[in-house]
Amino acid sequence: MEYLNIIIQEFYKILFLIVPVLVSVALIVWLDRRVWAFVQKRQGPNVVGPFGLLQSLADALKYIFKEIIIPASSNKIIFILAPIVTMTLALIAWAVIPFSETHVLANINVGILYLFAVSSLGVYGIIMGGWASNSKYPFLGAIRSAAQMVSYEVSIGIIIINVLLCVGSLNLNDIVKAQQNLWYIVPLFPMFVIFFISALAETNRPPFDLPEAEAELVAGYQTEYSGMMYAMFWLGEYANILLMCAMGSILFLGGWLSPIDFYPFNLIPGAIWLIFKILFLFILFALVKAIVPRYRYDQLMRLGWKIFLPFSLTWVVLTASYLFYFNLLPTN
Amino acid sequence: MAHAIFFYIFSTIAIISAIMVTVSKNTVHSVFFLILDFISISCLFIMIGAEFLGMIMLIVYVGAVAVLFLFVVMMLNVAQQKNQWFGSKNSSKHIPVGLIISIIIFFEIIIVISGWKYKPDLFDINNSITQVSISNTHSLGQILYTDYIHVFQISGMILLVAMVGSIVLTFRKRSGLKRQSYVSQISRERSEGVEVLEVERNKGVKIDD
Repeated sequence: MEYLNIIIQEFYKILFLIVPVLVSVALIVWLDRRVWAFVQKRQGPNVVGPFGLLQSLADALKYIFKEIIIPASSNKIIFILAPIVTMTLALIAWAVIPFSETHVLANINVGILYLFAVSSLGVYGIIMGGWASNSKYPFLGAIRSAAQMVSYEVSIGIIIINVLLCVGSLNLNDIVKAQQNLWYIVPLFPMFVIFFISALAETNRPPFDLPEAEAELVAGYQTEYSGMMYAMFWLGEYANILLMCAMGSILFLGGWLSPIDFYPFNLIPGAIWLIFKILFLFILFALVKAIVPRYRYDQLMRLGWKIFLPFSLTWVVLTASYLFYFNLLPTN
Repeated sequence: MAHAIFFYIFSTIAIISAIMVTVSKNTVHSVFFLILDFISISCLFIMIGAEFLGMIMLIVYVGAVAVLFLFVVMMLNVAQQKNQWFGSKNSSKHIPVGLIISIIIFFEIIIVISGWKYKPDLFDINNSITQVSISNTHSLGQILYTDYIHVFQISGMILLVAMVGSIVLTFRKRSGLKRQSYVSQISRERSEGVEVLEVERNKGVKIDD
């Protein structure tokens, strides 16, 4: 009975986290298309609901009622598993995101490692989908995507080490609290820029959307997918983008900390600030999509391995020696 | 109680998927079972309080090593070879070799485990790692960077040498390859690339290439 109570309580907590995340994913798709349209002097989706806010809901309904086609020569179990894996991995990572000092589902000691691990597992959904489709374009897309995500994970990992050197803890709440006086975007600005670009590559966003480059690969690993399974890939992708934005705002923009910390403004709950920071980063993502043309594949690999990796490694040495020389290394 | 249930769930998954790695006919399925095995073992690591090791296991083995396995298996078409090993007449050649190797490893494990000495206070609840105020990661770092600093540095050097060595082995200059020079691509200007010509009527222009 006692266990049952705990399970029900946790279930409610998870539900109250997952549902807002899914709703915000739907809204963020709308925002993405709106920003993209405004940059190109178009209107964007503006018909369904006020300002077209319900467009994503209408799209989702359309996907639900479409037929799911499973290719005859595909590996059926893995073909069905792939979108489920993508979606699940995009959602479970939200368990450790702190929305305020107390509002966090699992306040674990190695939160940042958990985030990093889950985001590095995200590549499996794409490889599985590409391989199980048993078709040329999805396979090429999957291979491209795997190579790209593995390469950019390396530089994200090293950037995380930079932040961890300043914090001295792997707990996400501790990382936020360490930025009480100074957000890490100020001392580690170059790392923030590299993190942002690596996050674009890690989530397969333009200008690094080579896995689904429509001019070369039809739609990459998603080519054979239809109906709800396609929608799950799509939701997983946007949930991952939101997650990367959340990770960026926790590591560099002070997470749930308020930027203006005096009377009327410190009544605003931390979750609101976190959401604003995530939105800010997401609008940057959307602007990049609208402005920058797609990279060539060798340029992408060169950027990851020959520029970002050495630069962030050098910055680790710089940060460590600076902290050591001025005796600023965190101790506990 | 709940702890025990989860332990049995994860260890059963780990053992079953380890068996499936060797048994399953499709090589790609084997790799997926290997990944499942890694994940359940990292869950076991987390359950005994070694959260840092569990996460690193996920990041290194599942996030990087297994991806490379998948790459190799998908690209090289190992599936047919594996079918040959199990299905054809040649399969009898491989079984004794594998049997000998696994017996040797089995005895090695027995020797290691029988010679293992536990710290006397290991099973004392008050002394276990979960009761100590510092986190798992901190205690690991404190041991790794003080008592075992030389071993740690040497293993890092070995990894570096292995990395450089593998790059040297696979890197070779071939003639006849078209390479892209980024400097010349970026520094190219309109005056070099575009030429404006006056074209005479009915004559056309000859472009030399």
